[in-house]
Amino acid sequence: MEWEVVIGLEIHAQLATRSKIFSGASTAYGAEPNTQACAIDLGMPGVLPVLNKEAVRMAAKFGLAVGSRVSNRSVFARKNYFYPDLPKGYQISQFELPIVEGGQLEIQVEGEDARVIAITRAHLEEDAGKSLHEDFQGSTGVDLNRAGTPLLEIVSEPDMRSAKEAVAYMKKIHSLVQYLEICDGNMQEGSFRCDANVSIRPKGQGKLGTRSEIKNLNSFRFVERAINFEVERQIDMIEGGGKVVQETRLYDSDKDETRSMRSKEEAFDYRYFPDPDLLPVELDKAYIEAVRDTLPELPDEKKARFMAELGLAEYEAGVLTASRELADYFEEAAKIAGDDARRTANWVMGDLLGALNKAGKEIADSPVSAMWLGGMLQRINDHTISGKIAKQVFECMWNGEGDADSVIEAKGLRQMTDSGEIETIIDEIIASNPGQLEQYRAGKNKLFGFFVGQVMKATQGKANPAQVNQLLKQKLA
Amino acid sequence: MHTKTISQLSAALRSGEVSSVELTTLFLDRIKQHNPALNCFISITEAQALEAAAVADQRLTAGNGAPLTGVPIAHKDIFCTQGVKTTCGSRMLDNFIAPYESTCTARFRDAGAVMLGKTNMDEFAMGSSNETSYYGAVKNPWDQGRVPGGSSGGSVSAVAARLAPAATGTDTGGSIRQPAALCGLTGLKPTYGRVSRFGMIAFASSLDQAGPVTYSAEDAALMMNVMAGFDERDSTSVEREVPDYSANLDNGIEGLKIGLPKEYFGEGLDDSIARVIDAAVKEYEALGAVVKEISLPNTGLAVPIYYVVAPAECSTNLSRFDGVRFGHRCDDPQDLFDLYTRSRGEGFGAEVKRRIMIGTYVLSAGYYDAYYLKAQKIRRLISEDFRAAFEKVDVIMGPTTPSTAFKLGEKADDPVTMYLSDIYTIAVNMAGLPAASIPAGFVDGLPVGLQVIGNYFDESRLLNVAHKYQQATDWHLQLPKEFQ
Repeated sequence: MEWEVVIGLEIHAQLATRSKIFSGASTAYGAEPNTQACAIDLGMPGVLPVLNKEAVRMAAKFGLAVGSRVSNRSVFARKNYFYPDLPKGYQISQFELPIVEGGQLEIQVEGEDARVIAITRAHLEEDAGKSLHEDFQGSTGVDLNRAGTPLLEIVSEPDMRSAKEAVAYMKKIHSLVQYLEICDGNMQEGSFRCDANVSIRPKGQGKLGTRSEIKNLNSFRFVERAINFEVERQIDMIEGGGKVVQETRLYDSDKDETRSMRSKEEAFDYRYFPDPDLLPVELDKAYIEAVRDTLPELPDEKKARFMAELGLAEYEAGVLTASRELADYFEEAAKIAGDDARRTANWVMGDLLGALNKAGKEIADSPVSAMWLGGMLQRINDHTISGKIAKQVFECMWNGEGDADSVIEAKGLRQMTDSGEIETIIDEIIASNPGQLEQYRAGKNKLFGFFVGQVMKATQGKANPAQVNQLLKQKLA
Repeated sequence: MHTKTISQLSAALRSGEVSSVELTTLFLDRIKQHNPALNCFISITEAQALEAAAVADQRLTAGNGAPLTGVPIAHKDIFCTQGVKTTCGSRMLDNFIAPYESTCTARFRDAGAVMLGKTNMDEFAMGSSNETSYYGAVKNPWDQGRVPGGSSGGSVSAVAARLAPAATGTDTGGSIRQPAALCGLTGLKPTYGRVSRFGMIAFASSLDQAGPVTYSAEDAALMMNVMAGFDERDSTSVEREVPDYSANLDNGIEGLKIGLPKEYFGEGLDDSIARVIDAAVKEYEALGAVVKEISLPNTGLAVPIYYVVAPAECSTNLSRFDGVRFGHRCDDPQDLFDLYTRSRGEGFGAEVKRRIMIGTYVLSAGYYDAYYLKAQKIRRLISEDFRAAFEKVDVIMGPTTPSTAFKLGEKADDPVTMYLSDIYTIAVNMAGLPAASIPAGFVDGLPVGLQVIGNYFDESRLLNVAHKYQQATDWHLQLPKEFQ
């Protein structure tokens, strides 16, 4: 039987506020355990939550960016369950009336048609602390630094049909929240993670199959692998005559498998109800419009502009707008280069990203700044160096030997443009290769390349190739 | 000196007739003498009190005292006080010392008032007789075989016995007004949001409100001038100007329209209480007020829905008491489940457990709509009843309680009968309105309270209406024999 995979994601994006969602404690990552938890984060008796307005603004920004309805009135609710890293015995979240409802996003898997994924809702909530099971023999340590950190939970419709689509969607949201500067996107630190709801059904069937929820996936690779494992598991289960049960599963990246955490019967009854300590969040039209005015150019808009104004192909524009930092880098470099944005695009996508990849660096840590790369491209455009020499210049810049002009100067890489000088070299080469000259003149045209190579070798690549071609043709004729 | 109102004590402190240290010593001595019998106090903060009194005396001498500077008062043990144990009447918090101060007590501290100690209360403010306290029952100074009411029983008993000239209390369903009525005092529950709840241990967050327990309305006004006001640390506190509550006390009340809800004078009300209330209303007519019968048709639903809403909120408010970070932790827990169940099982008393279970039930999947959501709808109907009434009248009057103070143990095993002792006070919390109870007479030597309910933020008028009555009567000046 042919199976159709159905996936929905719940993405948790940690909002980049300085303080927590309901207290003034810092949200900075990596502090000593329990040094960034105040009485409110600890759930001490009598203390009360006060909503961080910045978190609301960030959530509204996200909503507007995905074309959602930002609610005029949203309500915080208590989600009740006991756990040592949940200090109050309830998590403050949003349930019936979330701040963001509806919306959509276009994704593209390489080689496939673009697809639109619907966003059901996005709501604000506080994160829990961390339970530390290692280092405490027979006990559990609790670190409440993370308790109360603001999260935006972005819930999609079950619109994705493959693990690749799920990853494309997650990457798109990942890029978007960084464009919006509402999340640092750091997946290692848990600032961006997701739960995946996965089910399968016979192709053509309308009714959804029973789903399992895979919790807490914190890398794109894990999302893809966990979903693929889960799909295989469900297919094997059904084809072997069994049934998929609704349950929560955990992905073990070491073993590359998912395993059951709790079944539907064991699922918590969270007893959601409106939190009486917090007033409903009321946002008027003027507020929402003011937030809209702060939206930056979004990835899709930027991509369209790169294509229309800079003449980039769709693929190039897509790659270069995948992250705001990369897009900004490219734009700055292209502006300095001054001419032929596609050449800049090729350099950024090829040499630069290649080098970064190899070195395991992010664009922000690139040893070659946009200004340096742009400056080097300028020298190609004004024929100071050839594209081939540029590779050498780039390598020197990468190694910290200074900007393009300094490298060109220091290494004497300036392109030879004096035709007299080149002519002299050509004459010497023709004179010292009479055999080849004879064969060429006898009709062996391929040997033209030999002479070009000899000239370039003699000039250490500094001769302008076009000029060499032209002069050689004259001399060999 | 101990029989004086805080208005009089304030004047005596300013004139130099008495110092705060002298006054504080006097009340501390009275506490030492009578507390063993009455059990009003959980903590007596003698050293801090004398220190604060000395500071207050300097402030008074320097001529920059506020009206309450140097005046000793007591705080209900529900308010967190930095460095002083805060138990909320529970074994769960027997070892709890907050590292922060509640906004309410901080305001009194900043005004120069001297804290004598923390008063006994029903555990987590759940009770109407002060019998649910882990620290034992509080006695009514008018008859020590009877309850003082609850949950602010310790505060009220202490003031009634003149162990403190005034005290703070909190009122979720009548916890200031009902004990004030049973002990012959003036108690005010302000409009929800008027006094900050920050640092006040939550019972039912949407109903809890702090207020004063005093001899007179004039004293209540002085207390309100300190307590009331917006607090950015409490999202439900209201950003609204605070009037001088003492300014309009003497205004005439000619033409005041008083509404008497027929539902407050029906079945369940003790005849002798009804007669006392009738007499009080006649007194108001003599003062020029006009009386109208009104109807609050949903009155009968107030108690049942309160016992859905309040337990629902308390069931989750009390989840933080889990033995993990503070409060009672069982000995030698075997695992997490054992830690939770034994810590909570040992730390909470029976009434608290009952309400946690009711609250958990009404919020559960499948019951939420039928109980919690339905209760919220009825809550709106109750508010609507009051809204309609206040289109016709200025204040609403009736009995605070259906009977006088009952005997210790009389209703302790019958929660439903106990719950019905708050039948006239609960609807006010559901609607978030302000209301006062003022002494209006006696039945068989036991005090009776008149409840005066006002419109939102109309505390000034309530205090004015109460004050005019207290100018014409002396019920509020009566003292229990032993404590004169």
